Amino acid sequence: MEHIVIIGNGISGVTAARHIRKLSDKRITIISAETEYFFSRTALMYIYMGHMKFEHTQPYENWFWEKNRIELKKGFVTHINDASKELVFANGETMNYDKLIIATGSKPNKFGWPGQDLDGVMGMYHKQDLETLEKFAPNNKVCKRAVIVGGGLIGIELAEMLQSRDIPVTFLVRENSFWNGVLPAGESAMINEHIKEHHIDLRLGVNLQEIKADEHGKVKSIIIKETGEEIACDVVGLTAGVSPNVDFLKESNIELGRGVKVNRMLETNVKDIYAIGDCAEQHEAIGNRRPIEAVWYTGRMMGETVAQTICGNPKEYNPGHWFNSAKFLDIEYQTYGWVFGERGRPEYEQHFHWKHPKKHLCITVAFHKETHEFLGINTFGIRMRHHAFDKWLTEKRSVEYVLAHLADANFDPEFYKLHEKDIVAQFNQEHHTNILLKKRSWKRIFQFS
Amino acid sequence: MKAIQHIGLSLFLAGLAIFTILPFIGSYELSTEKLDEIVQNKGIKSELFVKNLQESTVGKEFSTPFTFSSNIVSAIEDANEKHEANQEWDKKIWEKKHSFSYAIAKDIGAGPVRENKGLFWFLTFGLGIIGALLFIIPQLYLKPIPGIKNNGIWHSAATNRGWIGWFVFLFLVGFYILLYFFPDYIVNWTYIVDPISQSISGNMASQWFLYGFLYCVVMVVMGIRMYIKYRHNKYQMLRTTSVLFFQIAFAFLIPEIMVSLEMPWYDFKNAFPLDYDFFFEWNLKTLVNSGFIGIFILVWGTVLTIVVVPVMVYFFGKRWYCSWVCGCGGLAETLGDPYRHLSDKSLRAWQIERWLIHGVLVFAILMTGMTLYAYFMEVDTVFGIKTQLVKDTYGFLIGSIFAGVIGTGFYPIFGNRVWCRFGCPLAAYLGLVQRFKSKFRITTNGGQCISCGNCSTYCEQGIDVRAYAQKGQNIVRSSCVGCGICSAVCPRGVLKLENGPDDGATRHQVPEVILGNDVNLFEMLEENK
Ligand SMILES: Cc1cc2nc3c(=O)[nH]c(=O)nc-3n(C[C@H](O)[C@H](O)[C@H](O)COP(=O)(O)OP(=O)(O)OC[C@H]3O[C@@H](n4cnc5c(N)ncnc54)[C@H](O)[C@@H]3O)c2cc1C
Ligand code: SF4
Ligand code: SF4
Repeated sequence: MEHIVIIGNGISGVTAARHIRKLSDKRITIISAETEYFFSRTALMYIYMGHMKFEHTQPYENWFWEKNRIELKKGFVTHINDASKELVFANGETMNYDKLIIATGSKPNKFGWPGQDLDGVMGMYHKQDLETLEKFAPNNKVCKRAVIVGGGLIGIELAEMLQSRDIPVTFLVRENSFWNGVLPAGESAMINEHIKEHHIDLRLGVNLQEIKADEHGKVKSIIIKETGEEIACDVVGLTAGVSPNVDFLKESNIELGRGVKVNRMLETNVKDIYAIGDCAEQHEAIGNRRPIEAVWYTGRMMGETVAQTICGNPKEYNPGHWFNSAKFLDIEYQTYGWVFGERGRPEYEQHFHWKHPKKHLCITVAFHKETHEFLGINTFGIRMRHHAFDKWLTEKRSVEYVLAHLADANFDPEFYKLHEKDIVAQFNQEHHTNILLKKRSWKRIFQFS
Repeated sequence: MKAIQHIGLSLFLAGLAIFTILPFIGSYELSTEKLDEIVQNKGIKSELFVKNLQESTVGKEFSTPFTFSSNIVSAIEDANEKHEANQEWDKKIWEKKHSFSYAIAKDIGAGPVRENKGLFWFLTFGLGIIGALLFIIPQLYLKPIPGIKNNGIWHSAATNRGWIGWFVFLFLVGFYILLYFFPDYIVNWTYIVDPISQSISGNMASQWFLYGFLYCVVMVVMGIRMYIKYRHNKYQMLRTTSVLFFQIAFAFLIPEIMVSLEMPWYDFKNAFPLDYDFFFEWNLKTLVNSGFIGIFILVWGTVLTIVVVPVMVYFFGKRWYCSWVCGCGGLAETLGDPYRHLSDKSLRAWQIERWLIHGVLVFAILMTGMTLYAYFMEVDTVFGIKTQLVKDTYGFLIGSIFAGVIGTGFYPIFGNRVWCRFGCPLAAYLGLVQRFKSKFRITTNGGQCISCGNCSTYCEQGIDVRAYAQKGQNIVRSSCVGCGICSAVCPRGVLKLENGPDDGATRHQVPEVILGNDVNLFEMLEENK
C-alpha cells in the first residue's frame, strides 16, 4: 500500500490527510514536532485569555485519527533523503515514504536585533511560545510591561492577549498607521483609534533598535531607534511577520526560495514530494496573490487540492476569489475580492468608503474606475455573506449592482440595525447615481450557494 | 469600581449567609387546641395519629423545624403503618408527609422571622439583590467597550469547576432537595415572602410561591448581567427581555392572580409534555370543574402542544420556545450563562443525550396515554401497572430530580442546559420537528471558519458547531436551542441563525470542498460523482 507521509500537523497537512482518506485507502502518516494532535493555531490567543483550554482548540477528538487510520508520529524531521525516499528524525530514527507532503508552516521573523534571543523575548506562533508567555507574563506583577514589535495581525492579537491580564502594552509599529500596507487609510485610522481606546500604548512609525538584558540574561528594556527612548519591560513579543519554516531542508535536493518552491500542481522539483500551506512558495504569483500565502484558508485549500492530485485526479492549485478575515480587538474584519491600501494599489482601482458616524463600523468598496466592475469589499463591524460576494465576483457584477443587492449579503445576526440604506444613499450622493436598494430576497440568497 | 464590586460581593454573601441560617431560627409549638383545629380542618380520622402527636409534640417547644417535623412525619408513618395492617383505609393519611408537616409548621411557627418579615426580606433578598447589582453593574465601567469578553473564564474557580463551582453546586443541590422534599424545613423562607404573596393573591406564600419569586428575582438580576455583557448584540438583548417577560408575567403573576380570582393555577406558556401533569386525572378534574376558564385552559393546553408548538418550530426553530419563552430556558440563559461552556462536546455525550432525552419523551407519552386511558375507563391499573406508581416515579425521577436537582444544581459542573439537553421531553419533541421540518438553520459563512473552537466551547447544548462550520456545512441539529451565542462569540463572523426556505438542499448541503477554491474544482467534483 502506498505510504503518504505528511510533515506538519497544521491545517494544510491535516486537510490533505483527511481528503486523501476520503478519496483512497492509502496508508497515511502525519509527523509533527509540536503537538501530538492537531490544534487550531488561530486559537492560541484564546487559551492565554482564558476563553478556552488547549483541548478546545483541537478540532477533532483524539479517537478520530485511529478511526480514520491516520497514523500520528511525534518527532522532528532533520533530513530528507529523496534518493532512498527516507526521512531522518532528530533522534536518529528513520521512516520511509512513497509520497511526501511538506506542510511545515512558518516561523516568526527575527531581523537580527541585538538581544532577540534573550529570556522573555518570544514570537507567537507555536504552542511552545504560549508556554513561554505563560512563564514570563503570568500576570501584571511578574510582567509590568510588555513591548510588541511589529504591527500585523499576530501583533494585535498578542496585545489583546496581554491586555486581558491587565498587563500594560507598548506596541511598536514600523508603518505610520496600523496595517496600512493592506488597509486603506480610513480603515487603518479607525483601527489606530480603537487600539488607543483600549489603552494600548501604540507607537507608529518606529523601529526596534535593541533589546537590553538584565544581569540574569533576561530582557530588561528596549530602545527605540528613531527616538533613542528606552522602555522598561519584562516581555518582548516579536511579531514582525512570519517566514516559511524550511531550514531543515537546506541540505536536501529540494529547491528553496524563501519557502519550498512549487508549481501549480504543488509539486516540488523532486518527484513525489509536494509542499502546501505556509511553507509553499509559488514560482509565480497567482493573480493578485503573493507567492507565499501564510493564511489558514489557503493552507486548507492547498490541502484539498493536493489530496486530489495524490489520489489520481491531477489538479492545479487554483484558488478562487480572495477572502480573509480577522478581528482587531473588538472590531471584526472581513474582506472579499481585492481592496488595496495605498501601497500596490492599481491605478484603475477606485474606492467608495462609508463609515458610521459614531460606531466603529465601516466598509470600503473597490471598483474599476472606468468599467465600474466590482473588485472587492472590506467590512469592519458588519458581517457579510461569503457566497454573495464570491458569486458577484465571478459574474463580474458592477459596483451599482452590488450596492443595490447589498441587503442580500448582510450576515449580521438577526435584529441588528442595517446600514445598507445609508451606504447606498452616500454612494448615490457622491457619484450622482440613482441606485435603489433592493429588499433582501431569499430566492437570490439561495442562488448563491 | 473594583472596590464597589468588592462591597457588592460582601453584601451578596452576607445576604446569602443570612438566608442560609434562617431555617435554624425561631420556635415551633403545637398546642392541643391547634391540633384539634388541624384534625377538624383536614378531616383526620386517625386517633392514633393524634395520640402519637400528643405524646411526642404537643405542648413542647422546638427550636428548629427539624425535630418538630420529624415528629409529625413519624406520627403519620406510625399511624399509617398500623391502619394499613388493619386495612383501615379511611383512617390512613394520604397527604405527602412533609407537605402535611409543612402546613402545620407554617401555621404555628414563631420567632423573629415571622414577626419581622419585611426586615428579614431585606436582609436576605434585599442584600442579595443590592450586592449582586453592585457587583454586576461596574462591569459597564471596567469594560467600557462592548464586545465579547470571555476573559479568564477558564481561569476562575467559579467557572472552571473549581472549588467555588463545587460550592455553588452543593448549595443549589441542597436548596432543591429542601424545596422539593422537605418544605417543612424552610417555612422561615416562605414567611419572608408572605407579604408579597398576600398582595398578589391574598394567600400566604407556599414553598412554590417562594420558588417562583426567587426564580424571577434571580432571572432579573442575572438578566441585567446579560444586558451588560451582550449590549452590542441585539438578538441577545431581545431574547433576554422576552424570557424575563414570560417568566414574570406568564409563569409568576398571571397564575397567582388567577388563583386570587378562584381560578386554577395555570402557566399559559408551559406546554405539555414539559408540563407533564397536564393530562393527569386530578388536573383534568380540576379544569373540568372550573367552568369556562377550565375548559379554555384544557383546549389551549392541547392546542399549544399539538398545533402552536410545531407550527412555530417550523417557522422559527425550537428557539422560539427554548430561548425566548421557556422558564427553564430562561433560568439557563440568565443564571446559567456563566456556566455555558461546561457542557460536554464529545460524541459520547451526544450519544447519551439522544438515548436519554428521547427515552424521557417516550416515558412521558406512555405515562400520559396510561393516565388518559385510566381516566376515561375509570380504572387505576393499565396492563397490571398502577398508574399512580408510574406518575409518582416520573414526578420524582424526572420532574424533581432531573429537572430540578440535576437540571439546575449541576449548572456549575455540567453546564446550564443539562435538563434541556438530556431530559426535557418537550425539547425532544421540538427537536424532532426542528430536525426534520423547519426553516431554521445556522448558516455557515462559506469558507471563513478558522476552526478556533469558540462556537463549540460556548454552545450550552454541547453541539460541536465547529465540526460543521469548518466543513462549510450548515448546522441543523435537533438539540440547538438557538441561543445565538455561537454566532456571538465567533471571531470571524461565520455563523448566522436564520429562517430560510425549507428545502433540503440549502438547509442540509454538505459541500465537497470549501468555498474559496476555484469554481472549476466544484464542477470537476460534480462530474466525478
Ligand atoms: C497567533 C496566530 C493567529 C493566526 N490567525 C489567523 C487568522 O485569523 N486567519 C488566518 O487565515 N490565518 C491565521 N494565522 C495563520 C495560520 O495559522 C497559518 O497560516 C496556518 O496555521 C498555517 O498552517 P500550516 O499547516 O501551513 O502550518 P502550521 O500550522 O505551522 O503547521 C506546521 C507544523 O509542522 C511542524 N513542523 C515544522 N517543521 C517540522 C519538522 N522538520 N519536523 C516535524 N514537524 C515540523 C510545526 O511544528 C507545526 O506543528 C494565524 C497564525 C498565528 C500564529
Ligand atoms: S467560532 Fe467561528 S471561526 Fe471559530 S470554529 Fe466556530 S465558526 Fe469557526
Ligand atoms: S448551536 Fe449555537 S445557537 Fe444552537 S444551542 Fe449551540 S450555541 Fe446556541
